[in-house]
Amino acid sequence: MATASAAGSDTWVPETLASGKTGERLGRDRLVRVLGWASAIVGVPLLLAPKASAKAIGVGDAAGHRTAAGAVGARNLAVAVGLLLRFSPAWLWARLGGDATDMALLGFAARRSGLIGLIHKSTYKGRATRAAVTAATLAGITGVDLYAVITRSRPTTTLRLTSTVTVAVTELQAYELWRLLESLPTFLAHVDEVRVTGPDTSHWRASDPFGAAVEWDARIVEDVPGERLAWLSLAGGAVSNAGDVRFLRAPGGRGTEIHATLYYRISGARAAAALARYFGENPAQLLDGELRRFKQVAETGEVVRSEGAPGGKRERREFPQHPARPLSRDELIEVQS
Amino acid sequence: MKANCWVSRNTVEVQDVPDPAILNSRDAIVKISSTAICGSDLHLMDGYVPTMQKGDVLGHEFMGEVIEVGDGIGPDQLQIGDRVVVPCSIACGACWACQNRLYSCCENTNPNAGLAEKFFGHPTGGIFGYSHLTGGFAGGQAEYARVPFADVGPLKVDSRLADEQVLFLSDILPTGFMAAEMCEITPGDVIAVWGAGPVGQFAMDSARLFGAERVIAIDKEPYRLEMAERAGHIPLDFSQVDVRSELLELTGGRGPDKCIDAVGMEATHGSPPVDAYDRAKQATGVESDRPHALRQAITSCRNGGVVSVIGDYDGSADKFPAGSWMNRSVTMKTGQCHVQRYMKPLLGHIERGELDPTRVITHRLPLDQAPYGYDIFKHKQDGCEKVVLTAGEPVAAGV
Repeated sequence: MATASAAGSDTWVPETLASGKTGERLGRDRLVRVLGWASAIVGVPLLLAPKASAKAIGVGDAAGHRTAAGAVGARNLAVAVGLLLRFSPAWLWARLGGDATDMALLGFAARRSGLIGLIHKSTYKGRATRAAVTAATLAGITGVDLYAVITRSRPTTTLRLTSTVTVAVTELQAYELWRLLESLPTFLAHVDEVRVTGPDTSHWRASDPFGAAVEWDARIVEDVPGERLAWLSLAGGAVSNAGDVRFLRAPGGRGTEIHATLYYRISGARAAAALARYFGENPAQLLDGELRRFKQVAETGEVVRSEGAPGGKRERREFPQHPARPLSRDELIEVQS
Repeated sequence: MKANCWVSRNTVEVQDVPDPAILNSRDAIVKISSTAICGSDLHLMDGYVPTMQKGDVLGHEFMGEVIEVGDGIGPDQLQIGDRVVVPCSIACGACWACQNRLYSCCENTNPNAGLAEKFFGHPTGGIFGYSHLTGGFAGGQAEYARVPFADVGPLKVDSRLADEQVLFLSDILPTGFMAAEMCEITPGDVIAVWGAGPVGQFAMDSARLFGAERVIAIDKEPYRLEMAERAGHIPLDFSQVDVRSELLELTGGRGPDKCIDAVGMEATHGSPPVDAYDRAKQATGVESDRPHALRQAITSCRNGGVVSVIGDYDGSADKFPAGSWMNRSVTMKTGQCHVQRYMKPLLGHIERGELDPTRVITHRLPLDQAPYGYDIFKHKQDGCEKVVLTAGEPVAAGV
């Protein structure tokens, strides 16, 4: 019934979702900015005073050393510009790559100048100590960069979910039930509250698969009674999402086909989906469930409950679940709360 | 209250469980007067139907008195004090399936539709006490039950008829009747029915109602064959004779015009090696159903005949005789009974004395003894054909 996929280029992807949301996020990220400035601070002296710098970090000051130091400086400045002005996780990867190169260069320099063999000789002691300090610092920086890459560069995907259901009501009735935004929480599993804030704007409060609260504002961008309803979440909210529901007349007087598509822009969407699935929530099935409950409400007036699934829309599993036996007083109170 | 619960494979137990409460506005609570053990309960107990959970209340054939109704039920629909027979499958009455009288395929009454969709391709409706695949609804082998969509399913019956006369309207009588209806019987037809359990017996009686001239009962339990014979049907013991040659003999070489499989997924084969082969495959999960009766019904049916499948199947079956089915223009019809379709007309048949559902009852036990009832029914001991459990005070005729 439902499919979940990363949105391809041929599908309708709302513009704000397709644009550089990741960039905005990275631009505001303090760690990324600190790393950017650090690159700049390291890069400037290496580029402008390669000889002194090479000496300071404990490598020799031969022509090769000076050239290498200058190149490293130039690279650092480029990365700094990238991190601070051209937001992309690629620059974090560039830093990590740079760290590896620096380590290699440092090791190469140390071996070339015979530094390792001469460490015990007092004449070289100062340089050897400086080189050791440089190596240790570089290791620490590599650690920070690795952390930044892992936490900041997860690819953001647009997860696209589609599902469809046929409901025995007219297109206009189906549309009107969906347009009653404040009643959507009756059948949308994770949505706790929808507050209408303007003619086409609303505020949504929901809980993610792990129970944490998320809120966002949404704006209806397409509103054709009995035909189509589409919305976008507004920038700045915790969740970037969009939705598109179309109401089509079903053949043979069977009512209305509801075709729903949801888009979620999440960093590490695949990982999040896999994790959610582990906890029993396949996002694609989730949308199936939403539509089934919509059908129940449209056709019978409420979400159907069984002893196994007494919580209605709050049920997270179809098996195992509460045993098919009446609920205790406490369980009943919990369900009715 | 007391309720008969599934504990583990092959174990059921009467336990103390909470009393049911209204969960949806169109619910009613029924104080159960009579309930029964169904052949399909054995598939649940045996563990062949997946998604049973420890503590699930069993039972889908029950009747009793309405003691509470939800806000959504009008006084013209159902009132406290009404005596009702409750259909085993739960139907909303509003979806396309219900509007087309395919009640067991109701599109709204299975909260676990996603699970059912995975098993069957498309989900089916809710059934009382019948695994979580069909919704996880508490069953009716209990003192009380919550009945969803109580304004749609339950049939009000007046007190002139005894519980035993109307109880089986909840499932097995409509089920047997639908099996015969699907055969599209024309006068003079010869009908063969595999399985002389309660549903098979009612299928035989119904076939007669539809005008069948001869009805053949195929089983191996002497007491079941005798019961069919007493009702005027022709017994055929598959453990003693070769079914195919006997059916040819009985039909002048044509084969039965219409065949009914009232056995389902736990069939026994007359030949021990073949039986062992299917049992081994079922036990190891290679095939989930033992479809021997179905195979034999298809290959036995006359060219252009109808095979009506009413016995329960749950998963997949091997060695399906597709060639015999296709080349000989055999029609197959099947379905989980759409009980709500048949309750009223069948009540008429009972009132007019054209059908006597009580003829299959061999055991009357208090609810407490449900596990014993399962045991003798499963092992075909003590001539057990149908067990009726009385949950509360039995409601007798004229009371």
